[in-house]
Amino acid sequence: METDAPPTARLLDLIREEFGLIGTKEGCGEGECGACSIFVNNSLQNSCLIPIGAIAGAEIQTIEGLMETEQFKILDESYSECGGVQCGYCIPGMVMASAALLSENPNPTDAEIREGISGNLCRCTGYNMIVDAVELAAKKGEVVCQKK
Amino acid sequence: MRLKDISTPVPKKDHKDKVSGQLPYISDVKVDNMVYGVLYRSPIAYGKIKSIYVPTLPEGYDVVGAEDIPGPNYVKIIKQDQPIFANEWVNYIGEPILMLVGKDLNTLYGLRDKVKVEFEEHQPIYTLDEAIDQISSASFVSYEFGKGLDIISAIEQDAHQIVEEEYTTGYQEHVYLEPQGMLAVYKDDEIVVHGSMQALYYIKNALLSALACGDDEVRVVQSPTGGGFGGKEEFPSMMACHVAIAANAVKKSVMLVFDRHEDMVVTTKRHPAKFKYRTALDKEGNILSMCVDVFLDGGANEGLSSVVLQRSLLNSAGVYNIPHFHAKGHVLKTNTVPNGAFRGFGAPQSFAGIESHMGHLSKYAQLDPLEYKRKYLVKQGDPTITKGNFRDPILMEEMIEDLLDASDYNKKKEEFQRFNQQNLRYKKGIGTSVFLHGCGFTGSGERDHIKATVKLVKSKDGKVLLKISNSDMGQGIYTTLSKIVAKELDLPLEQVSYPDPDTKEVPDSGPTVASRTTMIVGKLLERAAKKLKAEWKSGEEQEVFEHYVHREMIPWDEKTFTGDAYPAYSWGVNFVEVEVDTLTGIVKLEKVYGNYEVGKAIDDRIMKGQIDGGLAQGLAYGYLEKMTTKQGKIQQKSISDYGPPTSLDVVPIESKLFDNPYADGPSGAKGAGELTLIGGAPAVQSAIEDALQTSFQQIPVTAEVIMESLERKLVNRVD
Ligand code: FES
Ligand code: FES
Repeated sequence: METDAPPTARLLDLIREEFGLIGTKEGCGEGECGACSIFVNNSLQNSCLIPIGAIAGAEIQTIEGLMETEQFKILDESYSECGGVQCGYCIPGMVMASAALLSENPNPTDAEIREGISGNLCRCTGYNMIVDAVELAAKKGEVVCQKK
Repeated sequence: MRLKDISTPVPKKDHKDKVSGQLPYISDVKVDNMVYGVLYRSPIAYGKIKSIYVPTLPEGYDVVGAEDIPGPNYVKIIKQDQPIFANEWVNYIGEPILMLVGKDLNTLYGLRDKVKVEFEEHQPIYTLDEAIDQISSASFVSYEFGKGLDIISAIEQDAHQIVEEEYTTGYQEHVYLEPQGMLAVYKDDEIVVHGSMQALYYIKNALLSALACGDDEVRVVQSPTGGGFGGKEEFPSMMACHVAIAANAVKKSVMLVFDRHEDMVVTTKRHPAKFKYRTALDKEGNILSMCVDVFLDGGANEGLSSVVLQRSLLNSAGVYNIPHFHAKGHVLKTNTVPNGAFRGFGAPQSFAGIESHMGHLSKYAQLDPLEYKRKYLVKQGDPTITKGNFRDPILMEEMIEDLLDASDYNKKKEEFQRFNQQNLRYKKGIGTSVFLHGCGFTGSGERDHIKATVKLVKSKDGKVLLKISNSDMGQGIYTTLSKIVAKELDLPLEQVSYPDPDTKEVPDSGPTVASRTTMIVGKLLERAAKKLKAEWKSGEEQEVFEHYVHREMIPWDEKTFTGDAYPAYSWGVNFVEVEVDTLTGIVKLEKVYGNYEVGKAIDDRIMKGQIDGGLAQGLAYGYLEKMTTKQGKIQQKSISDYGPPTSLDVVPIESKLFDNPYADGPSGAKGAGELTLIGGAPAVQSAIEDALQTSFQQIPVTAEVIMESLERKLVNRVD
């Protein structure tokens, strides 16, 4: 993708305004809530903190991209089965953080899950049902891997 | 999917769009000919506006202010004391004075920096204590009720001792993850306001007043709402007025979205409160009488504060049957940001206070706090403090017994004592809270003010739509209310849907507040579904309406503060275990338990979500979340300054529901959303007290408060 936006423009704005991808949300604009989580070269980042000048040539993936993957399907199901979604505003970011964690660590412990999503704020759920969802996704992921 | 037991969880109706992020919240929306608004706000806490200077604006940029309001210049709510755009007096830092509108936000910020307003400054009241000192002029509203003071003073004279305590609670900020946002879409014949909201008809009524227009010229549509918790009850009415007046003036669509900083410093918060308890005890520590004074910091205007105070007072005796009880309460004006609705609505403050006081009184009786509290628990048939009646069965004893077992309470106490003797640095403690929540509006609010109506529309192909004005803000009513209707009609859940409410389409079924939606609106829907079922004609379009019918009990009289304040109550018990690091004052939650009685849960999983989320907020209110003002300015401007819990702060919550179906609720359900928050703070406070063998007279009990208390202890010992 190319853009004429100035190098100081926030990646978050580029994603939302210029590319019209609304799955990346703004909750704070200061790197404190994780609602704007995306992958930059496969690593989880807060897009509100990134000036686009800093990521020329990097590979960016948003929730819209993740949506195409098997991993997303599993996370989607697990979040539903565990009741991890309330208002939904934190959720795309949470799902990105969950995916990042599971990609690195397919069998995380409860503590590792809490650590893995600790940069993502959720005001509705009190986190436990999200933690359950990630745990369930890990289990389901194992089954998927075995099938393959 | 056909529903058998209503409580069996189902996938949430809005799950798919939320998990993929494709559900458009208001900030995701763009419309043609849309401009942004930014507000110029008062930089001073109290004063008179002398002059306003606005720089020359570039083409396509406009200023909107008080002169542009077609109707009266106030946000219609209970009292008419919040100007839409202040043009004479300003009463708090952040009060809106005018709005600049135009295409580019950065240009707007630049222009706003050049606006100059001259004030004649007056002496503000910054704190609740200052307001209490000037109570005769600073009091917005007050109520008093209970046993006569003459009788109480006679009892006090004969008492073995009088225990007096002062207790304070701090601000709480909602931190709904989606900041407030509102868009007015300009059309030739109407203005349509979309946004994040809990109360469509509050907004519509405010707009009818501000725009002085006809009913069909303004319309309110709820956008997906990223959390509310009360913060989107009354506050959005002001924003809606701002964007609608601007749209009307500039004939363009106007979007106003706050960033987090603005949201934190100018929106309503939970009222800070002060309580004064005066309790007469006999030799054994039994309560002979109790007087409670409640002071709420209303901020700069009254807003909903009178109703918040009512709920505070109604909960001032907690879940106890206290002999000779008297209470008085005031809302006081300070020149700070107005306070308003927040999950629990005055009750969390009162429960924190009374649970703390009862815990401290237990020492005089040399009893464990919980044992002492149990002696006073209300029972079925007992009068309420307002001479109403607890007429339904109360399961509190069962719920407490169950948690004593589940937590192994007595053994834990001994274990922790041993641990604390052996450990210098870390101390463990266990604390409890017992609480209730009055479901629905206080008093005759449903009958006199809300008068809810619901509508069901059936299409030719047998699909049923819910037409009500209630907001799903995450609590899951798209799913739960649809379940109620599907169950009654014996339809698969997929055939029932609940579109985003739009005042053009839906009757006023009331705001989404006060734990009324499931119980009151749900019951109306259940009745409407029953009616539709009876009249069902295949292949035809049909519509049915149901209207609220008041079940008269002991009539509520607001003047004397007597009668049944609520139609029903939900109940809860929390146990909390903590470990306190005495070197840093940091509190770690170890175990959290909750037993709840909400009649009958409409969906166990959604209910668990309410428990986990509500309790996380309630616990954090007790020890983590701290907001303060300095000279009228909110000091915490970012989320991390304020400190809501992250996934590292919470622990799994062991919760259980006790069924006790309520005849006037759908499938027996009562209110649930607010209840879950209430017990958190008092339980965590008492757990910290247990760990440190000390007492606190305030929440939040932050690390700082703990360190101060430990230092005091040390000094006392050295002395
Ligand atoms: S919006 Fe980027 S971290 Fe909150
Ligand atoms: S679901 Fe609302 S913030 Fe997480």
